[in-house]
Amino acid sequence: MAKNEDKLEYVLRLGDNALILSQRLSEWCGKGPAFEEDMALTNTALDLIGQARMWLSYAGELEGRGRDEDRLAFTRDAHEFRNLLLVEQPNGDYAATIARQFYFDTWHALALQGLMKSGDSRIAEIAEKSLKEVRYHVRRSADLVIRLGDGTEESHGRMQNALDDLWVYTGEMFLPDGRDALLASEGVVPDAETLREPWLKHLTEALAEATLKVPTGTWMHKGGKQGRHTEHLGYILAEMQFLQRAYPNAHW
Amino acid sequence: MATTTERPTVEQIWAWLDDVPDPEIPMVSVVDLGIVREVEWREGEGGAHCLVTITPTYSGCPATEVIAQSIEEALRVHGVAVRLQNRISPAWTTDWISDAGRTKLRASGIAPPPARAAGDVAVIDISGLKRKGARGPAVVCPHCGSENTSVTSQFGSTACKALYRCNDCLDPFDYFKPH
Repeated sequence: MAKNEDKLEYVLRLGDNALILSQRLSEWCGKGPAFEEDMALTNTALDLIGQARMWLSYAGELEGRGRDEDRLAFTRDAHEFRNLLLVEQPNGDYAATIARQFYFDTWHALALQGLMKSGDSRIAEIAEKSLKEVRYHVRRSADLVIRLGDGTEESHGRMQNALDDLWVYTGEMFLPDGRDALLASEGVVPDAETLREPWLKHLTEALAEATLKVPTGTWMHKGGKQGRHTEHLGYILAEMQFLQRAYPNAHW
Repeated sequence: MATTTERPTVEQIWAWLDDVPDPEIPMVSVVDLGIVREVEWREGEGGAHCLVTITPTYSGCPATEVIAQSIEEALRVHGVAVRLQNRISPAWTTDWISDAGRTKLRASGIAPPPARAAGDVAVIDISGLKRKGARGPAVVCPHCGSENTSVTSQFGSTACKALYRCNDCLDPFDYFKPH
């Protein structure tokens, strides 16, 4: 029998993925390579922060210790975050930002589609709401991968490099731990491994259109879902949490 | 319970709410957009209150809190004790935008969404993104009515709109995305 704690961990993962990726995308605000791109990235960040709020406030309820979404976002340390390593990777050049987004959005849409059928009605509701927004994210990131891949020699090369570099962070999305497996067996969440095939199918189609190659390496990083992060997360939190750490409970 | 007979009808409250503009697209009201889902009178401690159920359009929409405040204010000036309830399911869809709302959007230069959002289209579908081949359904220019338009950006001045350009009258315009 899955415990409340298992569900809490899973919901934290969803909330932290959205929160950390949103924070990363926000770093582009005012610096996008084109006006339209700047707005698109910040709008995507806005969708994700809205989704993070819904997941984290549910996590706070599941935890039952009186922590709301703000307390969870601003007062946890790096080892308490449960996001995928992929979403905390630096923005890099624009190809790196888009590759990260493309890998994540595709997984995100498939995961949310599965979560809409969750036996937990709160999870199903939040997933339904989120998926409507994520449909646009998937379309946009695939569109950009195709434009950059099938663009100039320079953009093609950079896009392929970015896909190759970030590939090692994708394995974790499909690697279930005991909690995932237990929740999946009870119909609360989709089986992590079953998402791999449709994910790879979309990737293969989009990358073929983009004249790019699907990376083939099999060695993968892991640990984000269990709170073992790359060095980048600490820097993100230092910036994101500064105000609430320096002036606890500040309002404006 | 002398006050019960004097309290405004639910219809009256809907009419007042129809005067509350959306903060980011003020030519349409929160009722036009389908943000207000239900209005009902409830008996509770301290007397009757009007329970207004609202739903967010996009989960991160920064207008959500302003909308809640405006609704409370709009009813308080009429002496209505109001309580707001937020509901996320069923999730908001552009199908809930009223005909009046669509007309107002078009009149102010924003192409309204199609009457039915593509709910059953595959979540992941790159067919529309291919370099050669079929384009998605045409978005009609709200200025000149031409179907010869092209997308400039999937995201516009707000999360709910995309940027388009008319290839005939050459004017840029916003498109309220089906959602």
